[in-house]
Amino acid sequence: MAPIPLDEMIVCPHCDAAYRLARPGPGERAVCQRCGTALITPRRKAGVQIIAVSLAVVILIIAATVFPFLSINAAGASNSVSILDAALAFSDGPLIALSLTTAALIIFVPLARVLLAIYVLVPIVMDRPPARGAAQAFRLSEALRPWSMAEIFAIGCAVALIKISDLADVTFGPAFWMFAVLVVLVVVQDNFLCRWSVWKSLDKTQTS
Amino acid sequence: MEIAGQNPDIISARDLGLVACNRCAKVWPAGTQTCARCGSRIVARDTKSLQRVWALWLVGLMCYVPANVYPMLRTRTLLSVQEDTIVGGAIELVHHGAIGIAIIILVASVVIPLAKFMAIAFLAISVTRVSTVSKHQRQRLYEVVEYIGRWSMIDIFVVAILSSLVQLNTLAAINPGRASLFFALSVIFTMLSAQAFDSRMIWDLQTKPEGSSAND
Repeated sequence: MAPIPLDEMIVCPHCDAAYRLARPGPGERAVCQRCGTALITPRRKAGVQIIAVSLAVVILIIAATVFPFLSINAAGASNSVSILDAALAFSDGPLIALSLTTAALIIFVPLARVLLAIYVLVPIVMDRPPARGAAQAFRLSEALRPWSMAEIFAIGCAVALIKISDLADVTFGPAFWMFAVLVVLVVVQDNFLCRWSVWKSLDKTQTS
Repeated sequence: MEIAGQNPDIISARDLGLVACNRCAKVWPAGTQTCARCGSRIVARDTKSLQRVWALWLVGLMCYVPANVYPMLRTRTLLSVQEDTIVGGAIELVHHGAIGIAIIILVASVVIPLAKFMAIAFLAISVTRVSTVSKHQRQRLYEVVEYIGRWSMIDIFVVAILSSLVQLNTLAAINPGRASLFFALSVIFTMLSAQAFDSRMIWDLQTKPEGSSAND
């Protein structure tokens, strides 16, 4: 194999297969032939779309934590909780650590990830040099990816509601619907993002 | 999809004397320690990775025992106080006739965690010897474990929702038990264990020439 300039190569992060770089067009995907990992997934106008979705997510997360989430009614007694109440349910003794963890997994990690995405993408979309520490910011955002569990919390809600539906009346607050939209947007935001393209734009502007 | 190297002989970066950043996929000459683009640490193969996998795996397994012994939920009603472990709660549901939900709970909090422990152990053992299971199947298994690992947290979220919502003064109250902390720790440590596994090792041993011995 003739030596190829390193910038003209791409290596699958999962199986270490090396390829000569061929840029797929918008809508096409470059997939590792050995293990099937998607390597490059460009989209037209992805940057602007992701920023728009991210802004919507920021607003929804803040609103969904403040407004009432679920309320319960049984035999005259009632109780209403916000998402923050639910996350902080483990409040006695050593369980407080668990409270902080759940709050982080449901609210703060998803929020941090969209804020980091906005910080990294805005200069790229506006053809400006990358923001200070953009590479570290994007690396952090990628490291946090498995710890963003808003969608798992949503399914957890469904299970919990099935469990108590025959014991008490449950009503959905405004935050419930906001959270439902938010979960979809977080997934959309994550799927629009082509990591390779972001790293490429952070790189190009650094060296030139 | 268009990617060069259409020939079936796919060459790994290490055999080309190169090393790729696992975070941002930038290619560097072998021996590069830090990726100049994203700042990640680079290693051709993470040789210490299996030690970390086993250490985190063991901590996760150790947390899983008290997670099943201690009560997960403490339900107080007007007449009684009841403490349920994960399995106990599922059995209780069967007695009430809710067999469907009982099965979901058993699968989510017993079958999947145990399967995850076994899958990670199998992967970690399989890369140290010649495995009969194909590399594609093992890569698929690794992806499933990485994907499904996060979903075990669903139990913790159910407990969180139930115990924050069902607080009806004297009538009824649900509170989390000690098992919830251990269960969460078990899930977190198994996730870290799966993340520590360097999946590139799955493909390495298989690409060795046929005649070479397994212990070189």
